[in-house]
Amino acid sequence: MAAPANTAKEAALLRPITGVRPGLILGSLVTGALAGLLFFSWGYQIKNDIGVAGINRPVFWGFYITNFVFWIGISHAGTLISAILRVTSAEWRRPVTRCAEAITVFALTIGGLFPLIHLGRPWLFWFMIPFPNSRGLWPNFRSPLVWDMMAIGTYLTGSVLYLLLPLLPDMAILRDRAMAETPASLKARLFSFMALGWRGTTQQWHSLEAGIKVMAVIIIPVAVSVHTIVSWDFSMTLAPMWHSTIFGPYFVVGAIYSGIGVLMVAMYLLRRGLGLQEYLNDKVFNNLGLLFVAFTVIWTYFTAAEHITVWYGHEPSEMAVFWERVSGDYALVFWGMILVNTVIPLAVLSFRWGRKPFATAVVGFGVLIGMWIERFLIVVGTLRLPRMEFTVGTYSPSWVELGILVGSFGMFAMLYFLFVQFAPIVSLWEVREGDHIAGSAAASPEPVTEEAVR
Amino acid sequence: MTRWGMVIDTDRCTGCGACVVACAAENNIQTVGEEEAHNGRAMHWLRIERHYEGTFPDVKVRFTPVLCQHCAAAPCEPVCPVYATYRTPEGLNAMVYSRCIGTRYCANNCPYTVRVFNWHDGEWPEPLERQLNPDVSVRPAGVMEKCTFCVQRIQDAQDLAKDDDREIGDGDVQTACAQSCPARAIVFGDLGNPASEVVRLARSERSSQLLEDLGTHPSVFYLRGGE
Repeated sequence: MAAPANTAKEAALLRPITGVRPGLILGSLVTGALAGLLFFSWGYQIKNDIGVAGINRPVFWGFYITNFVFWIGISHAGTLISAILRVTSAEWRRPVTRCAEAITVFALTIGGLFPLIHLGRPWLFWFMIPFPNSRGLWPNFRSPLVWDMMAIGTYLTGSVLYLLLPLLPDMAILRDRAMAETPASLKARLFSFMALGWRGTTQQWHSLEAGIKVMAVIIIPVAVSVHTIVSWDFSMTLAPMWHSTIFGPYFVVGAIYSGIGVLMVAMYLLRRGLGLQEYLNDKVFNNLGLLFVAFTVIWTYFTAAEHITVWYGHEPSEMAVFWERVSGDYALVFWGMILVNTVIPLAVLSFRWGRKPFATAVVGFGVLIGMWIERFLIVVGTLRLPRMEFTVGTYSPSWVELGILVGSFGMFAMLYFLFVQFAPIVSLWEVREGDHIAGSAAASPEPVTEEAVR
Repeated sequence: MTRWGMVIDTDRCTGCGACVVACAAENNIQTVGEEEAHNGRAMHWLRIERHYEGTFPDVKVRFTPVLCQHCAAAPCEPVCPVYATYRTPEGLNAMVYSRCIGTRYCANNCPYTVRVFNWHDGEWPEPLERQLNPDVSVRPAGVMEKCTFCVQRIQDAQDLAKDDDREIGDGDVQTACAQSCPARAIVFGDLGNPASEVVRLARSERSSQLLEDLGTHPSVFYLRGGE
């Protein structure tokens, strides 16, 4: 496994970690200030009650739950996509997996905050945790919110492991470099802690490979269950256009779709910002673009299926929500969503020229907006129009909700800026391994296995 | 087996609103002010819906007081993660305020939209705090609440009956809304007692329930049909 270090190629990757890049530090500070906005707004809300948000009766859930579903959806970028690519041994995955897995952990951290932010009394959130307590009470296991908490907890634990496992050899590489240069520095000590004593023995490699394989297989059903359960927060209720059997798979598909969207944007920015053209090359964008357009089609199919069945059934309380979207108050938003989620992706990604880095990043950004709108329409669109027509309501967010939304993006970007300065955003050893396989395949007189070519 | 229930005769209701006021006074419901009410945050446990029937000029208004229906199969109960809302053995859909963490999930799953939320702490400027009912807890911000069928009055009547060593009788419990209704449109009683007034009225031909087809089995019956 001792592949030669491609120093020229790897230099671009290691520069942010070993050296000081003012751009990255400035980026961390600016996005950190935005993250501060999230905590300031939340603190203001805790001090002045949940009433400072724009939610009301009947729209009891608003931006917070929209953001919750959105960020949990984004988290499907990493682990799920990377696990699928690993399990199918797609060779081109090598430069993609790390930056995707990091997205998962950060998006999940932020997504997991929102159920707490939205609580009326967030300091009592531990009432939901099942543990023997002085109150003699267990949480209500029939409630989808309890399932939510367990699913997200499992997913976060799994995703962190899944990010850290393949990080071990890279941390060892960084440790060895830092030890050679400045053995007493904080960085050297941090890297040697994170490397967990990795020595690169054959047995360690075998254990690592087995561990990654097992995690990749386990994390797929976990990820699917997470977004299914998030969708069940809605579909387990009686509310019009929430009570739908299609929501489980629909949400999983939507989650992966938005996940690829954010991955496209992140990869483009990494490529431009850090000069990683050699790793995140046109082939990677082309292949992910194909996956992207496949999910455009699947998402569009589910959206059509959801609406056509409601329209055909023509149940009055559901039709009220249906018309609100198709030709009512939210028509502009709804058709805007169709534009950025279906029309533009199909028009651009179907062609080879459209699966270039910049084009896919633009489409990915559009899909992010579209998927946020989808969740907003589901949450607020239904709640505005309850079955009792007398209580029809309306909703507009307050500055607190907007601040928390903007702050959540800031926090995500900040975590990413920090991560890039701490770990190679492209897996060093996995790319080396890939180069090694490709190199030996080219040199080998024996017939090349199909797997190696892919 | 006691199962508390209510019959509301919409043919009698004049929409005067006395029940809404009596309910607020009895149950320490906070008044949120004009601006918050405009933002959809009025906290009445009982609202009077106005429905217009017929076409101009032959129009008639029908008033429907809507409160928690105390469903036997209440959609709000299973979704609460912390058991803050649950069904009592006497058929009440009860709220435990101190247990509520404010997910508002119950309110979203209530097809009748009768649950109200404390977006802020209530304020009772001098001397209004003196009229707070000592038998009813004041709810803090971040907590869900709704009609309790005046559970404190039920408790009181049961205590009195026990003191006198007798069974609780029909008419021993009056909710604030029933007591204050000048048209006697609201009747409260035990649906489990075949001799009670509520059972007699609920069996009327004019009787129906709200959103019956959802299968929530409400404890509130509405009478309509006459002029």
